[in-house]
Amino acid sequence: MAKILVVTSGKGGVGKTTTTAALGAALAQAGQSVAVVDFDVGLRNLDLVMGAERRVVYDLINVVNGDAKLNQALIRDKRLENLSLLPASQTRDKDALTDEGVARVMEELREKFDWVICDSPAGIERGATLAMRHADLAVVVTNPEVSSVRDSDRIIGLLDSKTVKAERGETMEKHLILTRYDPARADRGDMLKIDDVLEILSIPLLAIIPESMEVLRASNVGCPVTLNNPLCAPSRAYIDAVRRLKGDTVPMAVPSDKKSLLNKLFTRRAA
Amino acid sequence: MALVLAPVPPVSDWLAELDALAKRSPAFFVGRPVILEISGAALDREGLRALVAELSDRSVTVMGIEGAGPGLLGDGLPPPLAGGRPVEEVAAPEEAPEARVSVSQAPAPARSLILDAPVRSGQTVLHLDGDITVMGSVASGAEVIAGGSLHVYGALRGRAIAGAAGNPEARITCRKFEPELIAIDGLYRTADDLGPVQRGLPAQVRLEGDAIKVAALE
Repeated sequence: MAKILVVTSGKGGVGKTTTTAALGAALAQAGQSVAVVDFDVGLRNLDLVMGAERRVVYDLINVVNGDAKLNQALIRDKRLENLSLLPASQTRDKDALTDEGVARVMEELREKFDWVICDSPAGIERGATLAMRHADLAVVVTNPEVSSVRDSDRIIGLLDSKTVKAERGETMEKHLILTRYDPARADRGDMLKIDDVLEILSIPLLAIIPESMEVLRASNVGCPVTLNNPLCAPSRAYIDAVRRLKGDTVPMAVPSDKKSLLNKLFTRRAA
Repeated sequence: MALVLAPVPPVSDWLAELDALAKRSPAFFVGRPVILEISGAALDREGLRALVAELSDRSVTVMGIEGAGPGLLGDGLPPPLAGGRPVEEVAAPEEAPEARVSVSQAPAPARSLILDAPVRSGQTVLHLDGDITVMGSVASGAEVIAGGSLHVYGALRGRAIAGAAGNPEARITCRKFEPELIAIDGLYRTADDLGPVQRGLPAQVRLEGDAIKVAALE
């Protein structure tokens, strides 16, 4: 039985899709069988970040409508055989998602994999609420800035009220991944502090992903960052996050100033 | 609610008009209940039968006929209907909000509402029968409305409305005072009006006459 994890944020452009791909690949690298599901119907991106855009035949909507079987729509990753993608449809919109169809697909995925990671669209409308609906746990992706934090707070409220788990009276497990963290800006005080974000959102911190060119580079070549360069700072943060999700205790690395980070990398490579 | 079609003679022209409409939006009639209003159409039984058949060819399913003269309807034709009322847009019946807000006649013992979870952005907590105690924080974009006083043990960053049931004695207290708006007994101040007084510090808010007073929480 899989654990269903939703990656959500409220605000757009904070790194949900990057995080979905990175966590999915890192879990698969750790030997788990993983499906990543794109819920951003109409504005799909996960296929690009995963480098599978030229292999899409059927998509989530086809499976939801019963036009295709789940196995026909799942795209197996070329680099990691235990990682699969269920792409979204680009030609439809979120209204094409039906409650029953999504419930059926999620149940079917739950039977097949160890982890199902749902990449939520931005917003609080149908796509986002359906992506979180069947989740067992949630990863809330937030940038250290006020608008992103408030939107995440809103999403946490929905996770606690609009999900199947919440409606059954159970508590939804929630984790925070702080992305695009820039140590230099943090030192100058040009960014919300980690403690302030944690104080506002009051959910446990899963990872701090430093702002890095490596993330952009990985997206451009269509490869999850944890797979493209497992040794770079963002990848190591994602890999630690996955270990925490699996129940390990891993000390939290707070990205420090850029120079020392580079120095650390160099010394590591030299050794 | 059903859609009413009222054919006018000559029926063939009317059907052509209908076809033009159907061409513009092909799915217009699919799955819609349709009622035929024939009082203005001057049709006999055969004409009516033909019209229903024509409509059925266009995927228009007639569920009832209104305005048919006696003896016109019969086997093979949709059943007669009467008493239909024209509707404009359906407006949801408004519950009288006053009814909800009004205080009960014999004041019941005030009950307090205690929230163990933080109040998140976008959530509204309404409790007009007494105090609200929030053990966590009230987020920016959240709203807490109490008939009595409001106690926030975390940070107050959203909207805090106390004494909403008409209680000028109500107070707002919090451990970190960063609200977007505070109100007591209908009198309100936005963050801008409040200025930097006690901002980020423990504070209590109460009414003195017609003025909202913010003071340190000792």
